[in-house]
Amino acid sequence: MKQDIPEPFNPGTLNPVANDPVIVVEDLTMSFGENVIQRDLTFTINKGDVFIVMGGSGCGKSTLMKNLIGLLRPSKGKVFYKEKSFWDIEESERHQILTHLGVMYQGGALWSSMTLAENIMLVIQEYHEIDPDQALELASLKLALVGLAGFEDYYPSEISGGMKKRASIARAMALDPEILFLDEPSGGLDPISARMLDDLILQLKSSLGTTVVVITHELASIFAIGNNSIFLDTETKTIIASGNPKRLLEECDNPTVRRFLTRGTA
Amino acid sequence: MDEAKDLRNSESSGSKLDFISPYSTALIVKLSGTWKVGRKLPSFNEFTSEVEKEHPITKISFDSSELGRWDSGLIAYLLKIVNYCEQKQIELISDDLPEGVINLLRLASAVPERVENKKSFAYPSIPTRIGNYVSKSWSSLTAILDFVGQIFIAFLRFFAGKARFRWSDLLLIIQESGAQALPIVSLISLLVGLILAFVGSIQLRMFGAQIYIANLVAIAMARAMGAIMTGIIMAGRTGASFAAGIGSMQVNEEIDALKTAGLPPIEFLVLPRIIALAIMMPLLTLYADLMGILGGMIVGVAGFDIGIREYFNATKGSLTLTTISIGLFSSFVFGILVATAGCLRGMQCGRSASAVGEATTSAVVTSIVSIIVATAIITIGCDILGI
Repeated sequence: MKQDIPEPFNPGTLNPVANDPVIVVEDLTMSFGENVIQRDLTFTINKGDVFIVMGGSGCGKSTLMKNLIGLLRPSKGKVFYKEKSFWDIEESERHQILTHLGVMYQGGALWSSMTLAENIMLVIQEYHEIDPDQALELASLKLALVGLAGFEDYYPSEISGGMKKRASIARAMALDPEILFLDEPSGGLDPISARMLDDLILQLKSSLGTTVVVITHELASIFAIGNNSIFLDTETKTIIASGNPKRLLEECDNPTVRRFLTRGTA
Repeated sequence: MDEAKDLRNSESSGSKLDFISPYSTALIVKLSGTWKVGRKLPSFNEFTSEVEKEHPITKISFDSSELGRWDSGLIAYLLKIVNYCEQKQIELISDDLPEGVINLLRLASAVPERVENKKSFAYPSIPTRIGNYVSKSWSSLTAILDFVGQIFIAFLRFFAGKARFRWSDLLLIIQESGAQALPIVSLISLLVGLILAFVGSIQLRMFGAQIYIANLVAIAMARAMGAIMTGIIMAGRTGASFAAGIGSMQVNEEIDALKTAGLPPIEFLVLPRIIALAIMMPLLTLYADLMGILGGMIVGVAGFDIGIREYFNATKGSLTLTTISIGLFSSFVFGILVATAGCLRGMQCGRSASAVGEATTSAVVTSIVSIIVATAIITIGCDILGI
């Protein structure tokens, strides 16, 4: 089966951050029963990368994220976090790794019975022994970073969809994670908010050294923030291109990738 | 491995604030050591007491040359200083902070907090609270009346053959609320029959009138208990599921989608549910009556040496069509009440996961209360009519 997989096109990254792998994925295959979604995925995410996972709808982007954050065991292959094979280690060690990850889910997934501040404080207080006042200050800071200053006492049902997304990012950042996973962060946001979010991601990367894995198909964001990427193809069910998105746009000949990156115009 | 290094760092260099005053109105805040969440950070009072100590300070700057590792803990602390200085109109020079810190501070204050966004938490006075409660109760009552009115109109359209819903939905609901409820109805009714027989037998045995266990169980089950127990099972099982199902549809905007597609949710969702329960409840009740009588028979035959045929004849003699009809009529009413309460609470559901929970609780409570009230009304009505 392996011989019919073409080598993915890879022009390399433009500004490679230090060669310091934080996540290494080897021969990962995702499938639901007989139905294979993606196979033989191999890629490396380096520290400080803004790593984009792109591809058309239904190509398995969100499933890949679930494999990486411990929600779904891959059918085959390994995921390494700093040389530890995530799915082969003890549950307690896996939990230890999870505390260094922040995840923003596609629909926000804020806990609806808690205010925005409580959503963030719950996570902070679970892992740090600090008094509630201090936790609230941190929660307010996180909300201010995503442009939601003053919304501490609102419930998720009282704010708009875009605000929920931003609040969800604030919660993902609660523990100052080393790696931040964002599933469709700018989907449903207005252009200004989407731009603000891009700035925030870049800022987190440069200020706190956060590695960011973004699952998206928003072209503007892909080019603005991504320094490395993989392109998952629905047809061949594997990676058909990887590397810096801007270079992919200039150099990649694969018609599927070109159509995607040029919105079907080329 | 990083953790271990961190720990060593923190021991040797806990976070510290020092103050240098180059001249009387200026202050240099020197940050040193590791500033991370969960470590012991200096209290904010340390800063304010230094600023308010002697001379009025008009200018504050920072020295971060000995600052170690930091995270949000430092940013949150500095943000408080920024806000404090803004309030006191003190000039703040942040140039000497690390670039990352400056950027995050800028980002955190990029969208200013709007005062109107803040929620106020003033507790209302007692008259206000009473007033709120009364007006809330009133609007809840009008909402129920409005809902009942809409259902009435929907039924008129149904009888005129104009109601829009899918017959397959109706059949599915009938299957789910009827056939699939048989096991639980069997178990509960059998046990209720057993209990009635046992409790009754203790009294009847004193007069040697054990045979009347059959009459007691048959009349009690057929006239009231069969319908009430089935109603309560349906309230907990089907009524709750209606409320949760419709409530989740409300959360996912599926109800809105029905409305904009021109399908009235009352006809499409509520009507089939009420019809299904109105049909299935009497059938389930009849079945529950039988199971209850069977339970009584088990006690009578096994415990009191009554023959099966004898028990059967006594049961047959005590049951009249009126008794059974009253039970079936009650169950028909309960079916409508349970379905209406479930759908009403589902339609009133808010847009969050916890609202679905509240809707379900409220549906079950409303159903059970209305079942008991309806039983009282029917009993009094029967008494007045002399049946």
